[in-house]
Amino acid sequence: MRTLLSVLLIGVPVTLILSLVGVSEGMSEDAQNRTRATGADIVIHGSQAASAVTYSGAPLPEGYTRKLAEQPHVKLAVGIIVHPLEFPLNMMGIDQAQFDAMSGGFTYLEGGPLRPGQPFDMLLDKPYADQQKKHAGDTMHLLNNDWHVAGIIAPGKLARVVVPKATLQDLDSAPGKLSLIYLKLDDPARADAVVEQLRQQFPNLKIDTMAFQLSQFAPDNIASVRVFRYVVIGIGVVIGFAVVCLTMYMAVLQRTREIGILKSLGGSKGFILRIMLTEAAGLGIGGTIVGILLSYGARWAISTFVPASFPMIIVQSWWVKAFAITMAGALLGALYPGLSAARHDPIEALAYE
Amino acid sequence: MSSAIIETRDLRKTYMVGKVQVPALRGVDLTVVPGEFVSIIGPSGSGKSTLFHIIGALTPPTSGKVRVAGEDLAAMTDAGRTRLRKRIVSFVFQKFNLLPNLTARDNIAVARFIGGADHKSDPHFEEILRLLGIADRLDHKPNALSGGEQQRIAIARAVVNHPAILLADEPTGNLDTENSKAVLEILRGLNERTGQTILMITHNPEAAAYGHRTIAMRDGRIVA
Repeated sequence: MRTLLSVLLIGVPVTLILSLVGVSEGMSEDAQNRTRATGADIVIHGSQAASAVTYSGAPLPEGYTRKLAEQPHVKLAVGIIVHPLEFPLNMMGIDQAQFDAMSGGFTYLEGGPLRPGQPFDMLLDKPYADQQKKHAGDTMHLLNNDWHVAGIIAPGKLARVVVPKATLQDLDSAPGKLSLIYLKLDDPARADAVVEQLRQQFPNLKIDTMAFQLSQFAPDNIASVRVFRYVVIGIGVVIGFAVVCLTMYMAVLQRTREIGILKSLGGSKGFILRIMLTEAAGLGIGGTIVGILLSYGARWAISTFVPASFPMIIVQSWWVKAFAITMAGALLGALYPGLSAARHDPIEALAYE
Repeated sequence: MSSAIIETRDLRKTYMVGKVQVPALRGVDLTVVPGEFVSIIGPSGSGKSTLFHIIGALTPPTSGKVRVAGEDLAAMTDAGRTRLRKRIVSFVFQKFNLLPNLTARDNIAVARFIGGADHKSDPHFEEILRLLGIADRLDHKPNALSGGEQQRIAIARAVVNHPAILLADEPTGNLDTENSKAVLEILRGLNERTGQTILMITHNPEAAAYGHRTIAMRDGRIVA
């Protein structure tokens, strides 16, 4: 019973680590897919953008769209306004005709596109619609307004919530302003050269290729996610250490007499320590397996209850890392009780009741 | 002197109980030759067990000389005493002291493993198992064995690595008359058939009579 409980407790931080990694990787993959699916080759942010993956309001005058569209090799320039909803979701305002021309349009699972002259039409992607229990034709209250759900779109393109650009500009008190501009080129292979040329011409703008933009979504490239990962890993090591230390310390107390027996048989300090470390390793292996199984449970729970907010994936490459982290905690935790057991006086140990 | 397998001279052991010195052995001179079966009797607190613990390399003496199988235990390190327990001496305890989670077979296997024995069959040990009459009880855990069976397993475990000396501390103390007799016969049989040197602590004069000679202890000294 003690062993099973220990394995379960060791499994919890493993689940924590794997779930965090799964969510961050899942969100990254999801963001990359949705951005890639816009069909753009170049992304332009305002100069105040803290990073390629954050949006600082709507700082870009819409006039840039026209100027950029006139540049050599630029086939289309599409302005987008972004409004953050509950973390980590964004609502994006588009000109549907322009966006469709760039991306090839959305795939409609229910209903249809934003209707001209209907400022409070909205499109929801399927996971978010499921999360909100909405269908085409329903009304949804957002940003102090009632919106008409015009269509349910397949996930994986641009945003989970899409509305008319002009409406969102009005609601954000940013008429004629944009959060970012996507450019589609006549030849995607020229992206690097065009970016260089645009940077010279528009030094106040943050201009990157789509390839660079996508790379910025990797969790390791987002400082806050990277630090958060280290913190959770640290917590995992500490919990694993504490659980194993306590478990093994109790085991040493419970087995004092057995330790005395082994010593009377000629068991050396190294032999006793090896037994304790082997048991800790067993707990670590068991805890890792339980943790991996629980991470599947976490993914099921997340995909059931908040499918749109945290798209978690199972990152198998982290199983080995989680195992190594757990074993480090377990072996460190077993060291003190193991040394304590190895130093037991055999006569006192044999007399222990 | 050189033919003795156990030899102690003016052997003393003093324990500290808090700040009080408690002498357990007050100068013990003992010589045991190979193949002897020696019984040690004496009341509680007479120093029998302390003498066993020192000869069995479980604790060092406070002063005096003690040589076991040619090794000077007084000068030995903890690692050296561990080596001696592994190869030279073995124990049979009153409370059997089998590992409760292992079968009888595994209890014996652990001793073989610690002793560094290989996995090959040992004809000599097979004969001892037959002598002990436990061949059909080897796959049971201690809680499924009677006291007599547990003690026989403990004896098998003690002799599996062919130690030079077997130290039996009240081996019949937890057994009924019938099982006590059986265990004592086994010890005597081991001594007679294999020449196993045995030192046995007992309170029972009838049990002591199984040895070649009996030593009486009182107040940390040999008195007879």
